[in-house]
Amino acid sequence: MLILFLLFASPTLAIQPDEILQDNGLEQRARVISKELRCLVCQNQSIDDSDAPLARDLRLLVRERLQTGEKNEEVIAFIVDRYGDFVLLRPPVKASTIALWISPLALLLLGFFLLLTWFRKHRKNVPDEIKPLSDQEITKLKAVINREDG
Amino acid sequence: MTPEIGHYAVALAFVLSIAQGAIPLWGAHRNNSLLMNFAAPAARFQFIFVLLAFVCLVVSFIESDFSVALVAQNSHTLKPLIYKISGVWGNHEGSMLLWILILAFFGVLVGELGTNLPSSLRARVLSVQGLIGAGFIAFLLFTSNPFLRLDPSPVQGSGLNPLLQDPGLAFHPPFLYLGYVGFSMAFSFAIAALIEGRVDPAWARWVRPWTLVAWTSLTIGIALGSWWAYYELGWGGWWFWDPVENASFLPWLLGTALLHSALVLEKRDTLKSWTILLSILAFGASLLGTFLVRSGVLTSVHTFATDPERGVFILLLFVIVLGGGLLLYSLRARSLQGGGLFAPVSREAALVLNNLFLATAFAVVLVGTLYPLVLDALDAGKVSVGAPFFNATFVPLMIPLLIACPLGAKMAWKRGDLRGALARLKAAFASAIIVLAVALFLDDDRSILAACALGIAAWLMVGASLDFLEKIGVSRRSTGEVYRRLVNVPRSFLGATTAHFALGVMVAGITVSSVWQIERIQIMQPGEKIEIAGYNVIFDGTRQINGPNYSALQGSFSVYRGQDAITILLPEKRSYPAENSTTTEAAIHTNFYSDLYVVLGDADGKGGWATRIYFNPLVPWIWAGAIMMALGGMLSLTDRRLRIGAPKRSLVHSNAALPQDR
Amino acid sequence: MVARVTFLPLVLVVAVSVLFGIYLWQIGPGGKDISTLPSAMIDKPVPDFDLPPIQGRPLGLGSKDLKSGLSLVNVWASWCPPCRIEHPYLMDLANSGMVIYGINYRDKPEDALRFLANLGDPYERVGADTTGRVSIDWGIYGYPETFLVDQTGRIRYRHVGPLSPQIIDTILRPLMKKIAEK
Repeated sequence: MLILFLLFASPTLAIQPDEILQDNGLEQRARVISKELRCLVCQNQSIDDSDAPLARDLRLLVRERLQTGEKNEEVIAFIVDRYGDFVLLRPPVKASTIALWISPLALLLLGFFLLLTWFRKHRKNVPDEIKPLSDQEITKLKAVINREDG
Repeated sequence: MTPEIGHYAVALAFVLSIAQGAIPLWGAHRNNSLLMNFAAPAARFQFIFVLLAFVCLVVSFIESDFSVALVAQNSHTLKPLIYKISGVWGNHEGSMLLWILILAFFGVLVGELGTNLPSSLRARVLSVQGLIGAGFIAFLLFTSNPFLRLDPSPVQGSGLNPLLQDPGLAFHPPFLYLGYVGFSMAFSFAIAALIEGRVDPAWARWVRPWTLVAWTSLTIGIALGSWWAYYELGWGGWWFWDPVENASFLPWLLGTALLHSALVLEKRDTLKSWTILLSILAFGASLLGTFLVRSGVLTSVHTFATDPERGVFILLLFVIVLGGGLLLYSLRARSLQGGGLFAPVSREAALVLNNLFLATAFAVVLVGTLYPLVLDALDAGKVSVGAPFFNATFVPLMIPLLIACPLGAKMAWKRGDLRGALARLKAAFASAIIVLAVALFLDDDRSILAACALGIAAWLMVGASLDFLEKIGVSRRSTGEVYRRLVNVPRSFLGATTAHFALGVMVAGITVSSVWQIERIQIMQPGEKIEIAGYNVIFDGTRQINGPNYSALQGSFSVYRGQDAITILLPEKRSYPAENSTTTEAAIHTNFYSDLYVVLGDADGKGGWATRIYFNPLVPWIWAGAIMMALGGMLSLTDRRLRIGAPKRSLVHSNAALPQDR
Repeated sequence: MVARVTFLPLVLVVAVSVLFGIYLWQIGPGGKDISTLPSAMIDKPVPDFDLPPIQGRPLGLGSKDLKSGLSLVNVWASWCPPCRIEHPYLMDLANSGMVIYGINYRDKPEDALRFLANLGDPYERVGADTTGRVSIDWGIYGYPETFLVDQTGRIRYRHVGPLSPQIIDTILRPLMKKIAEK
């Protein structure tokens, strides 16, 4: 379906010189925010990396709103209100994504647990220490060795 | 005529692959050596037929035979020859044929080189290979035939996407496929071992070279793709956690775990069940990648033409091969018990920890990649899981792994001495602290994380170096003895040490280039000068030039350091008329520990041009590290002991099978 | 325990495969388009805006105009080929009595007017969004897009891409009838 007018003809540039703010502090914040927002007409790029016109519009919008004194979270919320959670490259923590965010720790703990269980079970099968030879056994052993040498 | 020959050859290969799959397996079951010996010749002829088909396709591309639909869709007479050839695999059908070719190639290698394997094992391995091949050839023949014809044939082709007309990207698929398909060998060996009911150190030693080849190739393939993205996409990025990139990274993570786990199996006859599971899952990850890229469930720059019908076929292959393998594993796992014990502090334990973190990293990347798909399939909403998520979760998991690496290398098998290991790594620890302090001192932003990362890089690099020096006996033995040890150092030790050293190089490259990149974006008039990282870059102007199948606007930038002329950089904006698209080519000057990177933008209409100039410190170390890692793999592969291999049970050789220290 | 835990990978693979199968079925026979995004503006009031008319055409468009009855708001541009494709269907809808408003996205006035002169003008009012800012307020990402707005000024449905008779008959008309009945 030729729905989207995907202007991803070729990867070229992203930020244009005329977008850069004079205030370096604000510009850096704009860059940070831009890296968290998805370019909706591209394949898996942030608006910071994309050369699509929509990405440029959103970059300009971000800078405009920063200049009015909004905080980073407010600027991002403005865009999420209009485009939904999909525009966030870092998925928000909500009921539908809690499984995702918990997974790293949960998987690691699961792995540790399985490992410990296996280790403990494995050790049970073999004695921890091998009992040292008794004096009688040592004498017997020496006798056998001497016999072979002779 | 050529395409018909190719088509017919594939059909013949299909029949052979089924025979190769069924007959030796039955022969092994019945202990019938005649049937078992069918395997190697069958593999040989299957390879010959597939090779013939592949050659026919290549010839069709070279001759620009546009009566073949695939050639018409992907080629053009003006395209340079090398891209006519690489265009063969720059599309779904052709790349599938390449996949099958490599699968058949590995089969014939086992047939020819695996003469030291017990005949029943070899027969079973080749059978499983044959069955997998049959599945993929069926997929090709029935849904993705590269030899379909067009009537009437067009006069000219549509050309190849200009992005693919590039040396880096031309060779990226073959290396990737060597990797993906290479893991099918470990898979086949694992299935054969499960059927036989025997997994032992000899098996681990037989599997090692195949796993090394696969892992090394995959490392190179991923590195090539990443390097290409860096120089082609125009802003210095080299990894985006794109779903298809992740699809190639998943088998790599498991392959690395497998290399380490098989080592434990070989030396200590333990971790059998886990190693077999990894062997099955690594190839499973390759199959998953194939599914994700070719089925249409993902939208990404990397995906081929999407088609749910093909998706169903690949899904079936995935379920049958991976599901079948895992089923066999679950049923037979009980018989894989036993083996050497080891203390909680020992080399085995360090390697188990290595596997734990690699496996968790694998699982995290898998979950992150599949999550949007799962939610959408359940109609539970659309979310994006992008780079911020993966960076936040993957990187912390790698840190314990990187710290443990030099420690594990210093530990003895069975029972290690942690204090002793730390003592022998004193110099590495000291270097790490010094590097950390220096980094904090020099950095304006006082980034703790970056400093720690650099400390870890130093820890890895010095740790690996210390390992090497200790092995050859420096400061403990006489010079003559050191020299003798140097010349005779076991290749697998050298390979591993090189790879671990390379890891440090990569961490340094990644950290420094990410944190301390300098960017200058501006409009420049001809004659204007920009100062960046001690370089003076003067914009000389632009001119039109012509290439074989493109025309370009070329910018010229003279680079000076003080009074010394360094180079002239010529970035371009190319226009490909046949494909009706444009690309931007960055110009890069590298001195192998940093890159000066220049991109020409759009004209501003007033005589000026938008220019982007980047200074990327230490970015070449990322690729250098990757290449070094691959080199390590290749060194390990040339280890004498792998070639001689473990003997059959009835014979006893003096030197070949003795377990030596790494 | 060993035997049971070793079935875990198999169970996971089967579960994931089933999900893949479901997804493939949704995409293939089900006709789901996985690249379209659900609108975040559904059931929300239309954003506040007031756009001037296209130079050379009388009536502009503002949020105040969207509160008097059921209407369609169509975002279009003369340089967008799919907009050309859907235009005849918009003309049909307008002729059958549907109120259609337009937002002209980033267009030159002469190009927009030429487009309407050649293909017909179904719009009662058109706002010229030359900067594209108002379109962002609507959550536009691909063109054309068409919104169904009810009489209270709430957005009830969004379609991304060119309209087709099938979309109009199977989705739009039933929805419009349902809203009108309330």
